[in-house]
Amino acid sequence: MAVATYLTKVGGLWLLSRVEVGDRVRAGLEVLPGAIVVAVLGPRLAEGGPPEWAAAAVVAVVARRTGNILLSLAVGVGAVVAFRAALPSVE
Amino acid sequence: MTSRRGGGRSVEDEGSATAEAGPDSPSRSVESGGVEPDERDDPDEVTFGWSGLRAGFVTCAPVALGVAGYGVAFGVLADRAGLTLAEATLMSAVVLAGASQIIAVELWADPIPAATIVLAVFAVNLRYSLMGAALRPWFRKLSPGRVYGSLFFVADENWALTMRDLTSGSGRGAFLLGSGLAMWLFWVASTAVGVAVGDVVDDPARFGLDYALVAVFVALAIELWDGSSSLVPWAVALGTALLTAQLFSGQWHVLAGGGAAAVVEVVRGE
Repeated sequence: MAVATYLTKVGGLWLLSRVEVGDRVRAGLEVLPGAIVVAVLGPRLAEGGPPEWAAAAVVAVVARRTGNILLSLAVGVGAVVAFRAALPSVE
Repeated sequence: MTSRRGGGRSVEDEGSATAEAGPDSPSRSVESGGVEPDERDDPDEVTFGWSGLRAGFVTCAPVALGVAGYGVAFGVLADRAGLTLAEATLMSAVVLAGASQIIAVELWADPIPAATIVLAVFAVNLRYSLMGAALRPWFRKLSPGRVYGSLFFVADENWALTMRDLTSGSGRGAFLLGSGLAMWLFWVASTAVGVAVGDVVDDPARFGLDYALVAVFVALAIELWDGSSSLVPWAVALGTALLTAQLFSGQWHVLAGGGAAAVVEVVRGE
């Protein structure tokens, strides 16, 4: 298990350091961080309900205004607890 | 993309950097002086020292505290699956990948279905390959020992914080290691707590801790958004991820979404 996990963690970078990377592949790699973030988020938000969506909107506003990840995290966690108490969740 | 913005900055800086190979950098910045034509898009200095390590640790510690909620949850699950305190904390110490560990203890049985567990863990964690690949512009400047040591500590949250730090142009190569150590400490400790308290903590969702990852990633998405050039790859990533999540359980959607966006970007070209 530990070995399988470590292999996945180093595999991508290891491979990249061994093959030549052209401009197009570079462009593809540059979109990776944002794309991965969106790919993690999308289904998570989709399986949530109004409380999770509302809290996400609050986080987005806070993040845009402040650029502070920790503040966003704290506000998000607080908001989701409040919204879960106040809004119906979709089961 | 944020790294493209950073690239613009580094072009200006490169003049001074190449002139005297970096004024105050103890780094092993190989390939300085723009050997490759695409070098201009890269940060020109990547250091690996205490300041980066400490910054990573301090920045990540509160996030890791949030992650400890998961750790406790994992400990509780592991306890119910019949793992001992030593087994559960050992797993957390050497694997350090929350979702896959929770899946593993869900699959846990007597006798242990080792092949199934290893395959599931591999599939769930394959997304780390993409995350590691995204670190390449900075990590290519570091020695293999530092790179492969740091990569052990990749987890969703500290990878996200590290990308944020590196795309801002800090050049702190040790940030991943520092933030990873914070994650590791809290993860292992909270696992032990989870096993110890057993079923006393019934539901981490009650404290909103299950939402920590979403909150961090929403904030990160806002940060990484680079105007209209992000639109197509992000839409592709979102659509693919949603579809994949419908069809397959586990974390395949992360791999599919990230991969599809990268492929589309490669095909679109410049």
